[in-house]
Amino acid sequence: MRNLTVVLLMLIAGAAHADEFTKEDVARWQAEYEMVAREGRKLWTSGELGTNGVACAQCHPNAANTHAETYPKFQKQLGRVGDLWEMVNWCIRNPLQGKELAADDPKMIAIVSYIHKERKGVPLAPGKH
Amino acid sequence: MSNSRRNFLKSTGAGLIAGMLPISLVRLSFAQSSQDFTFGYISDAHIQQIKGNKFVRNWDQGLKRAVAEANLLDPRPDFFMFGGDLAQLGSKAELDHGADILGALRGKNYMVVGEHDYYYDLGDYWRRLYGDEYYSFDHKGVHFVVLNSVLTYDDWNNKWETPMRRMQEMALLDNPNGSPFMVGKRQMEWLKKDLAKQDRNTPVVVFSHSPLQKIFRNWNFWTEEADEIQKLLAPFKQSNVIYGHVHQIQYNQIGNIAFNSVMSTAWPWPYPSTYAQAESHLPILTVPMNRADPFDERDATGWQFMNIHSGRVDTSFNLYGNENRELAWNDKRGHLADTRYQEKQDRIPPQTQY
Repeated sequence: MRNLTVVLLMLIAGAAHADEFTKEDVARWQAEYEMVAREGRKLWTSGELGTNGVACAQCHPNAANTHAETYPKFQKQLGRVGDLWEMVNWCIRNPLQGKELAADDPKMIAIVSYIHKERKGVPLAPGKH
Repeated sequence: MSNSRRNFLKSTGAGLIAGMLPISLVRLSFAQSSQDFTFGYISDAHIQQIKGNKFVRNWDQGLKRAVAEANLLDPRPDFFMFGGDLAQLGSKAELDHGADILGALRGKNYMVVGEHDYYYDLGDYWRRLYGDEYYSFDHKGVHFVVLNSVLTYDDWNNKWETPMRRMQEMALLDNPNGSPFMVGKRQMEWLKKDLAKQDRNTPVVVFSHSPLQKIFRNWNFWTEEADEIQKLLAPFKQSNVIYGHVHQIQYNQIGNIAFNSVMSTAWPWPYPSTYAQAESHLPILTVPMNRADPFDERDATGWQFMNIHSGRVDTSFNLYGNENRELAWNDKRGHLADTRYQEKQDRIPPQTQY
């Protein structure tokens, strides 16, 4: 019984500890995101995702006309609801003539981070066309 | 399809093929019928070298299609314009390959220089192929002026370690390290003198790569001396400015000056208003092109057929993946108007840009 109480106390203390984060934590987490988004901008403008030198930024300056806030949405050419990363892969395969990335590939996460950064502040509108 | 276009495309088997093609022409119209004629306008091909004799197929196809379709026009337009950005990174290989494809165009072709042609060697090879960067000519009573509107500061030109680095920096449209386009002092002096020699009743058409109006500086939809140039054009009863660079339909009216853009054969650009984090000024007259379908590589690209009549330019946008768009001078309104979609209630969902 006494042991159980100790365990419970430890759990409560642990939970309370997990809730707390400092200004420094927030700053670090933000910086981590910014770093990945910067990496995404580099990939976006470099042409290294494909094989023909074409870069995402050629058609999408400031990641405009990517409409990140509208995903997931129905794409008639896919015949189903798709997500943003699938459209990124469509562009890598076709205009860039490259090899598609896994959804959790760090490069894909960087690209999606960059797109969302440029689209920050626009209200979510999933499904919108 | 209008009667005049039908006539234009009739005759022979080519007419039959052309009838199925979305042909767009640029028309200029002036007070005397002797000043009525047509010309074709192709722009922003962005021919891009991969390696050796390999080039990006997509952009090659866009330009080849424009040239093939333009060659079917019958009767022939009086001449063609190419609106700049023949190459992507301004190399000899890209300019040569582009010149090969464009060279198949039947008829006189005038050239405008774009930043993608220019910033590798500051125009050296382009000048060897095409001559002067700015010049004027007269045709059937209309005065035409061609400008190099993509110059910039010497300090910026000289700050890069290699010519290719300079080209790459300028090629990146949204580059915060870029530099604004300008005509420059020497050319402004030349323009003043050239226009001073013209009668105020002579219709004037100015061709530039960048818009001679200020729309969005971040992407160089902009020319630094735009206001000054507009003042030089204001005394003419009919001034017209036609520009490339923007890869989208734009048009505007400022005083007597009618402005309109032409499309790219390579790829479309988003309207600046769709970038959520900066202010821009798309002319309110403009009914936007349709949002591009990413699954159709030729969508929202194309070329133009222009008709000159009564001192003004009507433009038919020949869109590869879409219904054609017709922009015509509207005397009642005193500005260019889309012949189908100008009124708010006539617009269609894909024209909404966000």
